[in-house]
Amino acid sequence: MTTQIMPNCETCPAYNASSLKKLGVSAEGADYVIALAGNPNTGKSTVFNALTGLRQHVGNWPGKTVARAEGGFTYNDKTYKLVDLPGTYSLLSTSTDEEIARNFILFGQPSVTIVVVDATRLERNLNLALQILQITDRVVVALNLIDEAERHGIEIDVRHLSRKLGVPVVPMAARQMQGIPELLDAVEQVARQKIATKPHRVRQTDAQLEGALNTLIDQIEAIYPGLPNARWVALRLLDGDESIEQAIRDNRLGNLTQPAVLQQPTREPLIAVEAIS
Amino acid sequence: MTRNMGEQPKPSILDTAKQLRAELSDDYHDKVMTAIYADAAQIASTSVSRDTQKANLTFDRTLDRILTHPIFGFIAMGFMFLVVFWITIAGANIPSQMLSDLLLTHVYGWLHQAATALSLPTWLSGLTIDGIYLATAWVIAVMLPPMAIFFPLFTLLEDFGYLPRVAFNLDRLFAKAGTHGKQSLSMMMGFGCNAAGVVSTRIIDSPRERLIAIITNNFSICNGRWPTLILMGTIFIGAMAPPALASLIAALSVMTVAVLGIVFSLLVSWGLSRTWLKGETSVFSLELPPYRPPQIWRTLYTSIIDRTLIVLWRAIMMAAPAGAVIWLSSNIMLGDASIAAHLVNFLNPLGMVLGLNGVILVAYIVAIPANEIVIPTVLMLTMTLGGVAGAQAGVMLELENAQVYNVLTQVGDWTLLTAVNLMLFSLLHNPCSTTIWTIWTETKSAKWTAVATFLPIAMGVAVTFTTTTIAHLLNLV
Repeated sequence: MTTQIMPNCETCPAYNASSLKKLGVSAEGADYVIALAGNPNTGKSTVFNALTGLRQHVGNWPGKTVARAEGGFTYNDKTYKLVDLPGTYSLLSTSTDEEIARNFILFGQPSVTIVVVDATRLERNLNLALQILQITDRVVVALNLIDEAERHGIEIDVRHLSRKLGVPVVPMAARQMQGIPELLDAVEQVARQKIATKPHRVRQTDAQLEGALNTLIDQIEAIYPGLPNARWVALRLLDGDESIEQAIRDNRLGNLTQPAVLQQPTREPLIAVEAIS
Repeated sequence: MTRNMGEQPKPSILDTAKQLRAELSDDYHDKVMTAIYADAAQIASTSVSRDTQKANLTFDRTLDRILTHPIFGFIAMGFMFLVVFWITIAGANIPSQMLSDLLLTHVYGWLHQAATALSLPTWLSGLTIDGIYLATAWVIAVMLPPMAIFFPLFTLLEDFGYLPRVAFNLDRLFAKAGTHGKQSLSMMMGFGCNAAGVVSTRIIDSPRERLIAIITNNFSICNGRWPTLILMGTIFIGAMAPPALASLIAALSVMTVAVLGIVFSLLVSWGLSRTWLKGETSVFSLELPPYRPPQIWRTLYTSIIDRTLIVLWRAIMMAAPAGAVIWLSSNIMLGDASIAAHLVNFLNPLGMVLGLNGVILVAYIVAIPANEIVIPTVLMLTMTLGGVAGAQAGVMLELENAQVYNVLTQVGDWTLLTAVNLMLFSLLHNPCSTTIWTIWTETKSAKWTAVATFLPIAMGVAVTFTTTTIAHLLNLV
């Protein structure tokens, strides 16, 4: 465990009441937009409710949340808008829920994407986390259900995991409100770019595929210098992803080259995503 | 595509991609996934250490072995839902009576006394008290107690992790029907609200299978329809059994209709996937979440606040204007009868053929925005047209279950057949307007929206017509 604060502090309302203010649905003109992604049934909605004070129903089954829910909170005088994305196992298929999640993370340019990961099923959950790390480097991994993992005799080396993934990993038990302060802290650090993340990028083992990708990446980087996820864009183009092809045609991809924090997050990308979904 | 040849480079990425794509082998997707899986496995294996001694997943495994067993799974499922319905019906009885005693006798009486004291014009007190107030009060008395019991119970099962097991059991059947197993999940959602169920079909990636799931979602009994079934089951079917068994028999009848819904859902899916929407069945893996001890107080709180009160509020918002419309239409005369009477008389022959009556059909038209108001509308129309309620003050309005039964049988000429057909019709009729709108926004297809709207009602007509014809042939009624 990297960060361990006094037990019971995190569940005490006085502890974070000073810095966290739950805003419910109103987060107009937020300073940062935070996306909440993860496999189905990992506790995304629980984290969402804990941060926003909303009471989105939390169900113990996959597929409960298929649309985007939005809420807000302030932390250390900054306003955050939290967007709860549909829970998915991957971001590579054509189903609507995956498309919503994928397009929001790419075109919505969230300041931070929180990936909620089930500690009891780490390997399967990492599949999605790794895919998200291909799209954006501003990620915080919320290693949820750590209490359940402990009960099942699963121990996770959080520091090692964090180093491997190249982004902060926060162990938590959202149902018990444990780890919320650490999560907020990590989100703030990444949002304000106080932590430099270095996301793990997946290499292709197939030589021909890697070759094709590199050809395409070179071309993409030549036209869009500074694009943070040329490899992902190339991967999707080889797959024939229509929303990315369209984004190239109407030059929306060029907008992604500026770091998101310099732009005041506008409503525009959100509307664009809505139109796609 | 491009207006300016000077800006050619952007499409050229697309050209390169297209060229490269053609050269790649077909298993491109698999290779990409394999690379991700390999990395995930590597990272996980170096980060996770297991204490095998402590790895006691055995409770979950044992429970799953029973709950997802091909035979016991279904028995457990039936038993579980029967218990839920039984607790709902047995538990709702007394609070229901207390509420109707309070709202329909006392408050109703006070309101009329106050109206007389203030010497309000008859039309005003009629419209507000006999129309708007009465419809709203009925909705509360009929719906609140069963919902306040049913929703928390259902949510507890959900939080415990049981619903995915149900979906898992049903998946085998859906696979045989040629549809996506995830349809069993969207179907479970539909048992709460069909509009939500239709939205939840987004998890199905094949458009063909998604359409089937959307069209058949209406066969899941939703929040608005449970109260109708529970009331009919209680006063017509349960009441035939000896008192000790009444609630159990009523619960059985409600469950039968819910199971019939699943059967229709499978049959229609099977039919569609073999005719209009032919194609291959996709496979998917369904993750069974661990069983979690439900957080009972929180569940009670959220399901009462978020679900019960929201559904009730929606019902009240619909019932108030509906009450006004019903009162007006039964008090505005057109020639020799009121508008409502004309409408009821016009639909009565059709209703009779279906073993229902004109009042019920009118109620289903009034209730297109929300099924919740079917019962209040039926009661108000039956009483006003039968000359019981409203204008004649002093009429006993204490509509506890026994009186509802009396009103329906004596004034409305209902029989057991009417009640059974109403239960069937409640299962098989058009989706509510919210659901229809949702189907349209999800499919953007007028054709499929129309199919999803009219197919259930055609089935409802066919089924009730059949039961009625059989009942008449066998001289059962």
